[in-house]
Amino acid sequence: MSKISKEQIKHVAALARLEISEDNLDKYAQEVGTLIELAEELNEVDTTNVKPTTHMLQTKNVMREDEAKKWTTREDILKNAPDHKDGLFRVPSILE
Amino acid sequence: MSQDLTIKEQLDQLKNKQVKASDLINESFKKIHENEKHIEAFITLNEEQAKLDAKKLDEQGFDEKYPLFGMPIGIKDNIVTKGLKTTAASQILANFDDPLYDATVVKKLKEAGAINVGKMNMDEFAMGSTTENSSFHVTKNPWNTDYVPGGSSGGSAAAVAAGMVPFALGTDTGGSVRQPAAFCGVVGMKPTYGRVSRFGLIAYASSLDQVGPLTRTVEDNARVLEVISGYDEMDLSSAPVDVPKFTDALTGDVAGLKIAVPKEYFQDGFDEDVKESVKHALKLLEDLGATWEEVSLPHLKYAASAYYIIAASEASSNLARFDGVRYGKRSENANNMLEMYTKSRSEGFGEEVKRRIILGTFAMSSDFYEDYYKKALQVRTLIKQDFENVLSEYDCIIGPTTPSTAYKFGEKSKDPLRMYASDLTTVPVNLAGLPAISVPAGFHNDNNMPIGMQIIGRPFDESTVYRVAHAYEQETGFYKEKPQIGGAKS
Repeated sequence: MSKISKEQIKHVAALARLEISEDNLDKYAQEVGTLIELAEELNEVDTTNVKPTTHMLQTKNVMREDEAKKWTTREDILKNAPDHKDGLFRVPSILE
Repeated sequence: MSQDLTIKEQLDQLKNKQVKASDLINESFKKIHENEKHIEAFITLNEEQAKLDAKKLDEQGFDEKYPLFGMPIGIKDNIVTKGLKTTAASQILANFDDPLYDATVVKKLKEAGAINVGKMNMDEFAMGSTTENSSFHVTKNPWNTDYVPGGSSGGSAAAVAAGMVPFALGTDTGGSVRQPAAFCGVVGMKPTYGRVSRFGLIAYASSLDQVGPLTRTVEDNARVLEVISGYDEMDLSSAPVDVPKFTDALTGDVAGLKIAVPKEYFQDGFDEDVKESVKHALKLLEDLGATWEEVSLPHLKYAASAYYIIAASEASSNLARFDGVRYGKRSENANNMLEMYTKSRSEGFGEEVKRRIILGTFAMSSDFYEDYYKKALQVRTLIKQDFENVLSEYDCIIGPTTPSTAYKFGEKSKDPLRMYASDLTTVPVNLAGLPAISVPAGFHNDNNMPIGMQIIGRPFDESTVYRVAHAYEQETGFYKEKPQIGGAKS
């Protein structure tokens, strides 16, 4: 029994805007399940009162004036876009 | 042949007008055209522009204020280059032909006089350790083309080993500079987290990623790192600390240095020849006046598990930006906005990338966040403390870069779990944010493939790492050996 079900894979994939074909659900459940199982060995470690490390450096807030800087042009920003019109990114319809 | 010369020696030749920048670039492309059919290290060649750049430098004349004047360089393809296609080896970026800006590291290299000859192959989005996960083609190991070059910076390592470029940039999230460096017999450095700007690096796992140089010698490596290091206002995770002259550390003097040797790096499952090479190196460093002692890093065995949860979680967030709107692939089969996202991503990302996004999304979801993601971050703290404890008493840590030498294609990559276990040596260093180098340490007796030794240092003490690596390299001279492309070593 995999640590993650086919239904869960489907659900998580949808959250991540991915589509996994029915044929492949088993394979993904198996592979991701193996990794989750591996992660469960972390439960052997006592982490009571251990602070999580999210980042390496002791970063602090850096304040600066909120100034707009011009660094490129609208034409340049649009030149790699799959579709654009009238200086805007164009996408398929949002509402049916 | 300039392949046998260090950057410094080539700069001297340029200075004395023995060669021109154009000669170096032409020689580099000659090597590339001779060998690329065997190695396939590149995704994109920048030949026309590189030759123009060299010509411009020749007209300008040699100037010492450019520390890399006329040096040909390869750039891993997850580092953005203005006007030059940048794909991260993914189909989702296969048409990203015209990036708007140079990554800070590329800008710095250009300002130093280096010439970009092309973009190097890699595992898609740096996820993998063989370069087999590239969506374009598979790069081969120059020492024997039946063997993997390692990864994810496999193209960068292979190109340097094959003499196509004197140096290349890679990126290292869990070993992706050091492991291919070890497999291809070159020098690879992962700097301290924050040493080098990540602006313009296509993010995989932001708290782990660092850009690092792959070179033939330690001296070249130190020289390149001097150029690309430093605080960058475009990357707030870059550290506002001074950049020392790393080359000043290359004195050959290691007397009095205290080296820690973790017993976990010599356990069963590590190849005997690899262990022997490192033991031999320790003996050698001892003869030079350093001392070493065995230590333990008790939480090391949990590093791979913590790493995969953290890296996948960060990746699932970072890769959300590929949505088919502003750049990159958009599916032609989408009828509405939601389908555009889902189909563009599903068609554009490869299997391994999808697997990690799914794992990461799962680990970050509200029901499982405490159990997996938070737990992994806590274990990360313990691993970091293990290293801090050891490095408070010792100047550096030495062990093998990888448990084995390079393997043949298909030998290990079919078993994800086994691949992941091989990350034991390199991954913990990223979790702790430390600097570490892989330096050539001889050849395996059975397969003749290169062996790599890893030297890990204190935060922002790349100088000591380079000092030890250089002393060892100069004693052994393994860097002088070159592969016969397509065959066994000479």
